[in-house]
Amino acid sequence: MRPRLQFLSPETIERILSEAYALLEEPGVRIHSDRALHLRAEGGARVDFERQVAQIPPHLAQQAVETAPSSFHLYNAAGSPAVHYGGEAVHFDPGSAAIELLDAHTGRSRPPVTADCVRFVQLADGLEALDAVATSLVCADVPQAIADLYRLYLVLLYTDKPVVTGAFGVASWHTMKELLVAVAGSEQALAERPRAIFDVCPSPPLLWSEITCENLMDCALHRIPAELVSMPLAGATGPATLLGTVVQHTAENLSGVTIHQLANPGAPIVWGGSPAAFDMRTGTTPMGAIETMMIDCAYAEVGKFLGLPTHAYLGMSDAKVVDAQCGLESGIGAVLGALAGINMISGPGMLDFESCFSLEKLVIDAEIVGMAKRLVKGLVERETPLGLEVIRQAGHAGHFLALPHTRRWFRAELFIPSPVIDRDFRREWEAKGSLTVTERAARRVEEVIAAYQPKELPPEVRRELEEITLRAARAAGMEYLPVAESKG
Amino acid sequence: MEDLLTRLQEAVVNGEPELARALAIQALEAGIAPLRAIEQALSPGMQLVGARYEHGDYFIPDLVMAAEAMKAAMQVFEPALLARQEQRRVLGTVVIGTVEGDIHEIGKSLVATMLSAAGFQVHDLGVDVPAGVFVDKVREVGADVVGLSALLTTTMRNQEVVIEALKEAGLRERVKVVVGGAPASAEWAQTIGADGYAENANEAVDVVKQLLGVQA
Ligand code: B12
Repeated sequence: MRPRLQFLSPETIERILSEAYALLEEPGVRIHSDRALHLRAEGGARVDFERQVAQIPPHLAQQAVETAPSSFHLYNAAGSPAVHYGGEAVHFDPGSAAIELLDAHTGRSRPPVTADCVRFVQLADGLEALDAVATSLVCADVPQAIADLYRLYLVLLYTDKPVVTGAFGVASWHTMKELLVAVAGSEQALAERPRAIFDVCPSPPLLWSEITCENLMDCALHRIPAELVSMPLAGATGPATLLGTVVQHTAENLSGVTIHQLANPGAPIVWGGSPAAFDMRTGTTPMGAIETMMIDCAYAEVGKFLGLPTHAYLGMSDAKVVDAQCGLESGIGAVLGALAGINMISGPGMLDFESCFSLEKLVIDAEIVGMAKRLVKGLVERETPLGLEVIRQAGHAGHFLALPHTRRWFRAELFIPSPVIDRDFRREWEAKGSLTVTERAARRVEEVIAAYQPKELPPEVRRELEEITLRAARAAGMEYLPVAESKG
Repeated sequence: MEDLLTRLQEAVVNGEPELARALAIQALEAGIAPLRAIEQALSPGMQLVGARYEHGDYFIPDLVMAAEAMKAAMQVFEPALLARQEQRRVLGTVVIGTVEGDIHEIGKSLVATMLSAAGFQVHDLGVDVPAGVFVDKVREVGADVVGLSALLTTTMRNQEVVIEALKEAGLRERVKVVVGGAPASAEWAQTIGADGYAENANEAVDVVKQLLGVQA
């Protein structure tokens, strides 16, 4: 039996949905895109073009939920399905778009540059626990007008895992698509075997800004998967009551599904989000708050009820360094998300309210992910009888270690951590230098990066990626791309 | 009469805009001078609120509601001041907004609230504000300070664009520029030639006070 976390009764889900549908009708949704407003009007919504408000009747939203697929895959560079969005699958990828990197040498955070981003991708590529790589670092050594697409360029060069990404503008989305087409071979190949998914964020409450709305429709039109990241902040940009915030999240995501499916019915879309509690003393948005995690797990239940693939930002911490707070918040979040059966959980590596990334944290979080994935496999009935026979066989002497039964099963039953998790005898631990978890993580970062194998990208594809990126860079005033000091 | 001022102060401290408005009207009807009501009820009320927040008894929603109550009372007092050709003492005039291309609102609004609670006249231009709109507003209200918020590495450059526009309009010498938002920093402020940077709303009040030479 698979262990499962549940917050909502079917009656509560029905109430959340009916309130959300009612919000879509009154006051409706603000949409700062004429293209989307027209689509809605044609679809049967009441649209006020002057105020840019669409009032969506429930049947329109329900129909969109019907046409949205309940499951799809992301593919790796070799074209094999590697991430399953749908059902009870649970995957993890690093948190996205950090403005800062926690530098292990100085212990201080600073803006990341190209070499950091390459190291990050090589590390994430090598960590088995991570099912996809995200465009997690925003490089400060390129013009910011190309910062979003430049990270995708580096990720595509250095990993063959699927990619979770997002655009910061309307135009750069198209350049990012070009990069993805270059590695896929053609637009059609990309649509058939999507390598990447784009995060798109409505603005709370009930607003689609031009950028995110255009991104959403462009994804739909090209059948590149999109992940709806609605993020009401309880008490600041959404109700202080946690269920009230789930209602708002539901309404915002439903409006997203509607825009998306009107643009292209059947295109892949994910019920995701990044809502948070609001710290009423400091005015920060704690991603490690237990209430943040509760809202996430609850909205995922709503998404599952609607039959849609799910996503959440969990497994993050608000600590500023890799310390005990960092471990406890990340651990709780990852475990709860896995127990909620969320298909893609983004967050490993992230600190400081989604703004700072740490490679050491990523390595520790990979262990957490390993444990969380083990947890949801549950207690499996490996054989019948469950234990009677083998316990009798061992008898009162009890030499289980010497039984073939032990060798047969232990690998399947245990998650075997890397040396980042300390399980040494004390003397042994002291002999190895009495290292803390952060110190052990720093070593592992170097080990994994040292073991990185360059990807066999065909030279013409590599050239095309570079040309596309360079063209964008030149348009933004940068003649040459930075050289990554790396062996990759 | 004293009782009325005490109750007005309490309405601010308890964050009750409707009550504050009603009491402000009553105060005027009772012949209390608006300046006196502001100085003896509203200002000490906001000071008490600030102290409670510092002490950990009050939280942000308490601050915001107190500021709303103060605003409601001021809406009653301002026309009366005008009619008497009096001016309330404000610590300074601030124009604030989130720069063009950026729609992050919460932090900017919090800074605006804290500044007005501290006694500044604040003009909040909202989000996604083009440089020209900042310049026009600074000129129109004779601002002492411009606050520029940016939450994206892609839009922080626009803080510099506003500074350039202020220079072009010949206003840069007349106004202090403070910047804030997740990607900004003291170094960034220096790089783009801003006068100050603050990491959060409380610090923003201190920095603005310091820049204008009013005691904190
Ligand atoms: C909430 C949020 C949103 C909400 C905003 C809702 C709203 N109505 O404001 C929404 C969903 C709209 C949003 C959208 C996007 N966001 Co956003 N967002 C955030 C988040 C989680 C919290 C920001 C916040 O409100 N914090 C709470 C307030 C109180 O704090 P604050 O804003 O920092 O303000 C304080 C101080 O900075 C300072 N301050 C602020 N302004 C000023 C001004 C002055 C003058 C002074 C002195 C001080 C000062 O005082 C404030 C009060 O204490 C941040 C994460 C983060 N760590 O900041 C990401 C974050 C800023 N967003 C990010 C991104 C990428 C986006 C999108 C591009 C995503 C997308 N692809 O759609 C869009 C951008 C759209 C656009 N063009 O602007 C990234 C930025 C990455 C980067 N490299 O720039 C961040 C860092 C998250 C991440 N890691 O991915 N976002």
